[in-house]
Amino acid sequence: MFNLYNRRRIVNAIGLLVSILAMSFGLFWLCWILWTLFAHGLPSLTLDVFSQMTPPPGSAGGLLNAIWGSLMMTVLGTMIGTPIGILAGTYLAEFGQRGWMAPITRFINDVLLSAPSIVIGLFVYEIYVVHVKHFSGWAGALALSILVIPIVIRTTENMLRLVPSTLREAAAALGAPQWKVINFVTLRAARAGIITGVLLAVARISGETAPLLFTALNNQFWSNDMNNPMANLPVVIFQFAMSPYEDWQNLAWAGALLITLSVLTLNILARVLFRQSATSH
Amino acid sequence: MNADINPKVVVKDLNFYYGNYRALKDINLNIADKMVTAFIGPSGCGKSTLLRTFNRMYQLYPKQKATGEIILDGANILDKKQDLNMLRAKVGMVFQKPTPFPMSIYDNIAFGVKLYESLNKNDMEERVEWALKKAALWTEVKDKLKQSGTGLSGGQQQRLCIARAIAVKPEVLLLDEPTSALDPISTAHIEKLIDELKEDFTIVIVTHNMQQAARVSDYTAYMYLGDLIEFGETSTVFTNPTRKETEDYITGRFG
Repeated sequence: MFNLYNRRRIVNAIGLLVSILAMSFGLFWLCWILWTLFAHGLPSLTLDVFSQMTPPPGSAGGLLNAIWGSLMMTVLGTMIGTPIGILAGTYLAEFGQRGWMAPITRFINDVLLSAPSIVIGLFVYEIYVVHVKHFSGWAGALALSILVIPIVIRTTENMLRLVPSTLREAAAALGAPQWKVINFVTLRAARAGIITGVLLAVARISGETAPLLFTALNNQFWSNDMNNPMANLPVVIFQFAMSPYEDWQNLAWAGALLITLSVLTLNILARVLFRQSATSH
Repeated sequence: MNADINPKVVVKDLNFYYGNYRALKDINLNIADKMVTAFIGPSGCGKSTLLRTFNRMYQLYPKQKATGEIILDGANILDKKQDLNMLRAKVGMVFQKPTPFPMSIYDNIAFGVKLYESLNKNDMEERVEWALKKAALWTEVKDKLKQSGTGLSGGQQQRLCIARAIAVKPEVLLLDEPTSALDPISTAHIEKLIDELKEDFTIVIVTHNMQQAARVSDYTAYMYLGDLIEFGETSTVFTNPTRKETEDYITGRFG
């Protein structure tokens, strides 16, 4: 009796220890990365970063054009990708029990979800950039939207599946046609989760470099024209960090910190939203 | 097997299949108009399955099918030509777990009404009040109609679901174990409600609780493994059952 009790206690202690070690190992690197980022990025994060254009090497400047370009392409990419993602996710969750379309779509979506983003960049380069013969903001937004779609499809489907089938039955039992059940009951019940998915997709694309390298490329100047190459934070960071010039490197650190902070904000926002809905249900 | 009753629903040779599994076997049954009929029996006996054929709920799932006839007001509702939405306007349903929609209490009730009628604001408010009063919930929620229906207690949510079902003014009300997720006080509320509702509606209730069947119903059907074993007036079924199986189940020797 006591033996059994002692043995369980020891096994429990070992299990706990191993879990804590594994967690510390993961957290250690994360903290180190964040620490380096803050140590290098904070001193360079001046007001100039938000008010000046990217400079030639050796002169002062900021990241304004890159921030603006990133914002434009992220917003457009999200606006193109989100409706497609939500509609496709709804199809998979609500109409996907019969037929062969849904399982195939789901499989392809899973492949797309884990496809390296550089492949997406090359794809858009082939189908768009090559034909119009120049890099452009539109091509960048398109590449980003292709990254958004699978994430939103996956979260929308998962969130809709979490809605209990009794809720669907209850609405159908009142005689509501399926489109009303979906629009007014199930999508509404899954709303917070779906928004969370969209925010996570935005967080994902706001740091993507590879798909923009072949599509939007870069631009040293302020540009609102989506038909021309557009500056953006990830590519600027890539270019500046690789350069031998110290002021460029500092700007790259500032940009990296900026992206990290905005992703962090989005993640926190997503969590707050999700928690609110969890308590109200 | 059918007692001498004025039927609202007539079930004829009904068979039901989940894929290849035959869950209901040649059911013949009359549901009395403006009375309460209870389906009892052990888990898996097909009582919920039978209930769900009355509004063709099973049609949501591709592998389920019913054969035979269910005649409501002279028309066979299993007929392919039967308009499902019109059927469900006539036959309302309340489920085991309370299922308030993620919207306000007012909208929960207006949702169903809007499917069939376009009422102006005043008429809709009156209808919502009428339904909530019928469901004995009005005094508890009249000051918070704009609040979310998911914030109510379990018993209140279930009465909200009853209000939502009767707001459409159905003729038949199906109750699928409506109190099995509720505490004794809420259960008593709802049983009292059933007693009042049978003045206006034909009620069919599935219950695991035999005392409940004895308390609320006028007719009782005992089912076992997809067969309808015994059907008759509740007082007869409970005090003087004709079949040995029924007696065993009711006295608790089995099930």
